Amino acid sequence: MRSTITEKILAAHSDREHVTPGELINAKIDVIMCHDVTTTPAIDLLKEHGNLPVAYPDRVVIMPDHFVPNKDIKSAEMVAKIRRWAREEKIENFYEVGRHGVCHALLPEQGYVRPGTTIICGDSHTSTHGALGAFATGIGSTDLAAALATGELWFKVPESILFKIHGTLQKGVYAKDVILEIIRKIGVDGALYKTMEFTGEVIENFSIESRMTLCNMTIEAGAKSGIINPDQKTIDYVRARTSQPFEIVTSDPDAEYSQIIDIDISMLKPMVALPHLPSNGKAVSDVGDISIDQAWLGSCTNGRLEDLRIAAEEINGKKVAKNVRMIVVPATSEIWKQANREGLLDIFAEAGATISSPTCGACLGGHMGILAAGERCISSTNRNFVGRMGSPDSEVYLASPATVAASAIAGKIVNPNAYNQDKS
Amino acid sequence: MKGKAHCYLRDHINTDEIIPARYLTMDQEKDLAPHAMEDIDKTFVKKVSEGDFIVAGKDFGCGSSREHAVWALRGAGVKAVIASSFARIFYRNCINNGFLAIECSDASQKIQTGDILTIDLKKGIIYNETKNETYIFTPIPDFAQEIINKGGLMKTITEKVTS
Repeated sequence: MRSTITEKILAAHSDREHVTPGELINAKIDVIMCHDVTTTPAIDLLKEHGNLPVAYPDRVVIMPDHFVPNKDIKSAEMVAKIRRWAREEKIENFYEVGRHGVCHALLPEQGYVRPGTTIICGDSHTSTHGALGAFATGIGSTDLAAALATGELWFKVPESILFKIHGTLQKGVYAKDVILEIIRKIGVDGALYKTMEFTGEVIENFSIESRMTLCNMTIEAGAKSGIINPDQKTIDYVRARTSQPFEIVTSDPDAEYSQIIDIDISMLKPMVALPHLPSNGKAVSDVGDISIDQAWLGSCTNGRLEDLRIAAEEINGKKVAKNVRMIVVPATSEIWKQANREGLLDIFAEAGATISSPTCGACLGGHMGILAAGERCISSTNRNFVGRMGSPDSEVYLASPATVAASAIAGKIVNPNAYNQDKS
Repeated sequence: MKGKAHCYLRDHINTDEIIPARYLTMDQEKDLAPHAMEDIDKTFVKKVSEGDFIVAGKDFGCGSSREHAVWALRGAGVKAVIASSFARIFYRNCINNGFLAIECSDASQKIQTGDILTIDLKKGIIYNETKNETYIFTPIPDFAQEIINKGGLMKTITEKVTS
């Protein structure tokens, strides 16, 4: 039976030989990740339904990230409640402030993401972990409570769309530009209920971090998950972080896809997604003069070390424009420390940017860089919806870390230097 | 099931608009309800009455997985959302809460704000009393109907875990 990687993982987790798209299954969940916003309601649900205990505490990982370090009393109470519950349920994997990070950056970094496994979190960007060949999907708080109580969850087996990404990226063009281009092409519901599987030489050449950026934003096309067949890079990344066993599962060459989309990215230019949808992508060179008030670098999409290195290289001794606030948010504590050791944080600070503790923060309008009415932000995050980073009358423009950094210096949305130099 | 329609016919109405993140330090229906749909229509909660319906275009509920979106709408009195299509996590959250998400492009194109609607779930028909029209909707899948009938996913799994 020919199957995709997603079908194979779901079959193995529901005790079946094979599964077909559309089939309803109960799948065993290997990792349940909990963050601050969606976990507290799940705890209430478990308590309201006869104090249901957590079935497998060792499969639960708690990573508060949205409003940490806590921004107000209510958010502090939320995390306090989660801490108490974790103690009661004997959940050992709790990432406290100082060892914390944006959950989708921290989970793979700490070795919880292994190829061939199933991962859920009450967060839409859980699709990130497909970058390491896992089936990972976002769910709500009731799903989270049900999975905590039973160790499994219902799924409709998704159809898969195969994206074959060919060509060679120009200098100054990155994974973020590729995924913005894909979402521009297929729309914000172009992969609704489906899995987006990526293959091709561009994907093979991508670092694990770039693959995470790609899979992270598949939800912005409505997808259930994003996934990439594991290769040696995947194995090396995972082996360096865990001694837990894993099995390499890959798509059969003749697996069935609902659609196969070939994309050549050789001519792709740096992209920016204009308000208020991630599908409003345009080449930076086509948008004209758009001044900015804020440049935000971070998030589960683009707050990893590779992103900070690229942005620091763009800044390279220059200063942030006088009327611009640049906020740099390393995605995890380990990334923060490594960026510090490499001198990246110095480069940002000397340029006049400020550096925050890891947090989801302003990406979702939480804290650390909220926008006022009429303000405009270029951001390395994933959503530019109305009011996403603050006032409903503010604007968010999505771009790569290089474009965010270059724009912070210019005071308006511009191409990265790396791209311009390649053209000159 | 009878109520008034509130039309927001744009596609891709996202959960940030349904319940902005600035309210996510709360998770009780009564606390979220006053802010339902706030970033798309500040006057929504003043206009909506218990038992009313929201009518929308494609991909309703896209974006963040926050179940707070379902709770805010239900808390505000909304009985069902009728849309051409729904985003995946929002749709799951509706099923898991026993909240009605009805897929019907025809209804989404013809209903206007203020129309009085009656929904017959068994027959799969929306009756527009104001316009004297009927719209046939995609039946709610059996597995989802089963979860809804039991009063949501938690009731379903509680039976399983404690049996």
